[in-house]
Amino acid sequence: MHIVVCIKQVPDSAQIRVHPVTNTIMRQGVPTIINPYDLFALEAALELRDKFGGEVTVLTMGPPSAEDSLRKALTYGADRAVLLTDRFFAGADTLATTYALATAIRKIGETYGAPDIIFTGKQTIDGDTAQVGPGVAKRLGLLQLTYVARIGALDLVGRTIEAERRSEGGVQILRTRLPCLISMLERAHRQVERAGCRGRGHLEMRAARLADYRQAGVRAVAPRGEGGADRFRRSAAGGSADRGHFQAAAQARSRARGAGARVLTGYLREAVR
Amino acid sequence: MSEPTKAAAPSGRAATKKELPEHFRGYKHVWVFVEQERGQVHTVSWELMGAGRKLADKLKVDLAAVVIGPEGEATRQAANEAFCYGADLVYVVADNLLADYRNESYTKALTDVVNTYKPEILLLGATTLGRDLAGSVATTLLTGLTADCTALDVDADGSLAATRPTFGGSLMCTIYTLNYRPQMATVRPRVMQMPERLARDPGRIVMHPLGLVEDDIVTKVLSFLPDRESAKSNLAYADVVVAGGLGLGSPENFQLVRQLASVLGAEYGCSRPLVQKGWVTSDRQIGQTGKTIRPKLYIAAGISGAIQHRVGVEGADLIVAINTDKNAPIFDFAHVGIITDAIRLLPALTEAFRARLSPHSRDRIAS
Repeated sequence: MHIVVCIKQVPDSAQIRVHPVTNTIMRQGVPTIINPYDLFALEAALELRDKFGGEVTVLTMGPPSAEDSLRKALTYGADRAVLLTDRFFAGADTLATTYALATAIRKIGETYGAPDIIFTGKQTIDGDTAQVGPGVAKRLGLLQLTYVARIGALDLVGRTIEAERRSEGGVQILRTRLPCLISMLERAHRQVERAGCRGRGHLEMRAARLADYRQAGVRAVAPRGEGGADRFRRSAAGGSADRGHFQAAAQARSRARGAGARVLTGYLREAVR
Repeated sequence: MSEPTKAAAPSGRAATKKELPEHFRGYKHVWVFVEQERGQVHTVSWELMGAGRKLADKLKVDLAAVVIGPEGEATRQAANEAFCYGADLVYVVADNLLADYRNESYTKALTDVVNTYKPEILLLGATTLGRDLAGSVATTLLTGLTADCTALDVDADGSLAATRPTFGGSLMCTIYTLNYRPQMATVRPRVMQMPERLARDPGRIVMHPLGLVEDDIVTKVLSFLPDRESAKSNLAYADVVVAGGLGLGSPENFQLVRQLASVLGAEYGCSRPLVQKGWVTSDRQIGQTGKTIRPKLYIAAGISGAIQHRVGVEGADLIVAINTDKNAPIFDFAHVGIITDAIRLLPALTEAFRARLSPHSRDRIAS
């Protein structure tokens, strides 16, 4: 079985601060982490691999420094890591991102065998759109199961998978066909980081595979000059969402600090006494 | 993502602005996807009707609702309700294959209606269903989709200006889909104001066929487990919310939050770390990646108030923060700040409120 996990390196938003005067984001020195939701996806992928055998390929698109996230994923136990990096990708919107990722996954499939399952987190903590997973599925013509809380029966011979999908008012138990894309919901306890040591023994070998991949000239899976990149460029320019202009928002905090607040303050003081 | 530079903004947009291609010029009117699950219309759909009505009036076009669901009373009812929330006409795809939400069948239904009747703007709720559907539909139509908008407006030239927070809410960006149609956007529940419901007779309903048989749909629904009514959290719509954070120190102490909530007739919630630690289930999470709340009173105990939390609670009328750290960011936006240990204050509050509130007046505080 071949599983591809899409991860993203994001700024650790818990450490982002807002400038007290200009009210804009202070991004300098904010450390990056693997999007926490993607770790649940990676964990689900590793569990399936450990149970059914096969390989887990981790894919990310980002600046060259996103390699850190891939190395971390390798220490957690992934078998292979692919970095998709090109200046073309800067500022890509969801439509363009899905194009790049789908192209990369096709290429990975040609090189290492077609994936049976593609995992993503339910959303990232920086973009927060939850739209890239469904977009990738659509572009690859795959079925999708989003907001999955638990994977049920997996039948590699009959090529079916069952999963519990969270919906607004309950849980849907769904069965669909492989290959498919699954976006994983968070779980109460995440093991993957604690289990990190299981990958460590093979880190060298695995890291070497990352290097091999790069030496093979496919660091950017859809590099300039290939047909894919051309089309990607058009797509990025065309889907102009996210290409709009940014405006700093002076966050008006003009909330009524009126009578209600005073009454309650008094009341609370009394309660504490 | 570039740093905000005011001067560069208009020229940046002008540079990408092109004439709308010929085949998109016929795209007119504002649409709202009316989400129903098992006969229940999600309130976010009516909130979007309110926002959609304003856009349609500015553009001087019609507001249409799209109702997708099984044949029968519930779907008919949803269509009729749409008129009461301001729809000029309603498109309906009714087929028993649509009884349960499935990505394949709903994507086909919505994509077909869009391709046939060509709206210029399409709004969906950013719910689990809406986000699942919106991503598929936008990619199928190859158009732009702006997720989780907090404000929607129409520019002088008639384009949709969809504003959303980025970087955890400290920066707002306005996003345009200039050269493709429809312009798609999702909005989270409780972000737009609920419009007034006006009793109106149903108007024009346009039926559209699904054109699928069960064998065409690969994914099967084996069963559906509805949430127990008692376990269902009504956090987003509660008038009073009490929430706890890491400052509580241990999962046992989270009981104190529940107890105060129970005395106040309030819903309880938590910040993200508690969900990640497994102390509280994720349906109770408040903030950027959890629920957006707009209660009349919000009591935050032991929550530091990181940006991610702040964006989810800023709509509250009155925020009371309890924290031992006087430098905690929550005191920047709370209306009432109490610098003390929540573990000691919460039981005192619970007792005080219990003494003051008879069962009768408990209802009043929440209304």
